[in-house]
Amino acid sequence: MTEISKTLAETCDRLFSNLINNDVLRETELAVWPDPIWQQIEENGLTFAMVNENHGGSGIKWIDCFQIIYWSGYYSVPVPLVETMVSSWFLSQHNQAPPKGVITFFCDGKPLDLIESNNSYKISGIIERIPWGASADYVLAEAYNSNKQVYVLLDAKKSKIVKDKNISGESRDSMTFDKASPMTVIDISDAFRSNSLLVYAALARSVQMSGGISAILDNCISYSREREQFGQPIAKFQAIQHQLAILAAEAAAAKIASQIACRAADLIDVSSGLEFEVATAKIRAGESAGLAASIGHQVHGAIGFTDEYSLHYITRRLWSWRSEYGSESYWARRMGKEVIAGGADNLWADITARL
Amino acid sequence: MQAFNLDLCDLPPGVDVLREEVRSFLFETLGSYSKPNRARSWSAFDADFSGRLGDRGWLGMTWPEPYGSSRSALERYIVIEELLAFGAPVAAHWIGERQSGPLLLRFGSDKQQEKLLPGIASGKSFFCIGMSEPNSGSDLASINTHAKRDNDGWVVNGQKIWTTYAQKCHYMIALVRTSGSVKDRHDGLSQLIINLRDPGITISPIRNMIGDKEFNEVKFDNVFVSDSMLVGEEGNGWQQVIAELAFERSGPDRFLSAYRLMVELIRMFHKTEDKHAEVAIGRLTAHLVTLRQMSLAVAAVLETGEQPTIEATVIKDLGVAFEQLIPEIAHDLINVAPNILHGSDYEKSLAYIQQACVSFSLRGGTTEILRSVIARGLGLR
Repeated sequence: MTEISKTLAETCDRLFSNLINNDVLRETELAVWPDPIWQQIEENGLTFAMVNENHGGSGIKWIDCFQIIYWSGYYSVPVPLVETMVSSWFLSQHNQAPPKGVITFFCDGKPLDLIESNNSYKISGIIERIPWGASADYVLAEAYNSNKQVYVLLDAKKSKIVKDKNISGESRDSMTFDKASPMTVIDISDAFRSNSLLVYAALARSVQMSGGISAILDNCISYSREREQFGQPIAKFQAIQHQLAILAAEAAAAKIASQIACRAADLIDVSSGLEFEVATAKIRAGESAGLAASIGHQVHGAIGFTDEYSLHYITRRLWSWRSEYGSESYWARRMGKEVIAGGADNLWADITARL
Repeated sequence: MQAFNLDLCDLPPGVDVLREEVRSFLFETLGSYSKPNRARSWSAFDADFSGRLGDRGWLGMTWPEPYGSSRSALERYIVIEELLAFGAPVAAHWIGERQSGPLLLRFGSDKQQEKLLPGIASGKSFFCIGMSEPNSGSDLASINTHAKRDNDGWVVNGQKIWTTYAQKCHYMIALVRTSGSVKDRHDGLSQLIINLRDPGITISPIRNMIGDKEFNEVKFDNVFVSDSMLVGEEGNGWQQVIAELAFERSGPDRFLSAYRLMVELIRMFHKTEDKHAEVAIGRLTAHLVTLRQMSLAVAAVLETGEQPTIEATVIKDLGVAFEQLIPEIAHDLINVAPNILHGSDYEKSLAYIQQACVSFSLRGGTTEILRSVIARGLGLR
């Protein structure tokens, strides 16, 4: 692990554990925007961690920022830190200085249409399931300018919001724009030709999931050592031990898989893109997420099914995140198509050439 | 708390050259080796091929000179993963190169090293492991084979079982009881190098369910072993065996045993569009890529001299599950029966792997034992 990674891991572990608790998670689920938490995160420079230095950021690589995203998943951080990080980075990579504030993104539906009139652009349309759309200052959205794919940065406050949530109570709002003027229209740079924003959104969710899975593991370990049945801690039962061994293996796999994709994201000049690595991460972390959630609940028993106990804040997020920005089967199909088209005898060479 | 620490490993520059050398060598040496044969992976025994690998300097390459060429563990990894991905017949030298050699380097005497390592590194001298016994499987500490002091050596009596390719190997490194009784468990065990040509040894192959004769029963009837063939310290056998097992749990052999079936499965969908196949093959690929990086990460830690025992165990557990998933997915996707005699390449590969794969979660520690090892690492035991 690099020194930067270690520092970020320690910082985020400490910061998030101080900021986040059950009360915070419960309140944010009731659609209360936790502004003090957002302020602290922003003041610590986390939202601008990946932004280029000439845009006021820290220019930290994906493989190191893995730690921020991982720990945000571990602690179920209930603000769009990850969305803001990725959007800001994406803007910065396209030579746009990202604004301060909450930036969310849209990349998993029908792109908006950009209408040109009198030398200016207007956007009308609806985008759905936008993370924290109601609380965001800006939204980075996929759009079409004639037949050309572009990205637009929109003022979120100019949209009409209909609030919604995913099953973990994270805000997923729909936003309607009526002849809104984009703040910026971005042509996709060559380096991003084969990597759409969706790829990075999926990558970020994979890393968050790997953090959440590790959190379940740690919760299970401490709970099973405390909880006594039949006169001894349930951790002493082989049935429990083996379930947790499986969970630990899955946690390790999810973490490595999402690191593979982060490492690839740092090499965005690769002409072939990083779909292969992101598919690996999203598939593997998504599979582990499902397994981790069920083992987590099984080990915790009835208490884990209560609203009062904290386990569900993680498990419900995992079930949400594994579906967002492409489920396992969505990415597996994309990857499988490539593998089959590449030819059975070339798979090994392809894998070893990439990584 | 973080249960495990595995960091992505970047391969050192220059390994691409080595990789290409191995690929050209395989193409030249085994270009016509059939696809179903390749599916046998590291179970196929070919003394001639092992000798050729030795000639190229690819056996014991991490060992110090004069026995090896002091190459890095990652370079060795590259060679091994290429051999396995190709489906090369590596069984002859496999145990000696992977386990016995490193064991002798760590615990063996100078004389033992001088006498035995050159044979392993040249691919001419083959080793097997004498651990399991008829009544000692997972409970290895309960072994009964014993060695009694006799002047300047030991007299061995007892029986080993499931000894892979004992009938073709030159030496066995056997775990035997040199003092105390079964009740003493881990104490009083030692490792002896036994020349399998010595008098008093009877080796009887045991047909496995596929019809192959890979593993054996080995009986010892008053077999004399000289003192010079005791590995390490008398009574330290258990610690040595545990260290030895760590050499074998995280390599590419732990997730590539069924890779050739995966290749044949992908070939079946050439130029066809099948949603189910695409999804299934994508999933398998994600598992493969992840396991390889986990395994490389452990190799990188091993290189630093640390013993990532728990991490290595995790890889074997996940790797075996992946290997065993491949024939299940193949069966699910393609409506043909496995056929080992007259089938297509795919049907023959499926026929072999389908049957062989049940042994993958038994050899080198059963899944149940591995999970208990992991649980101990998690602080649950």
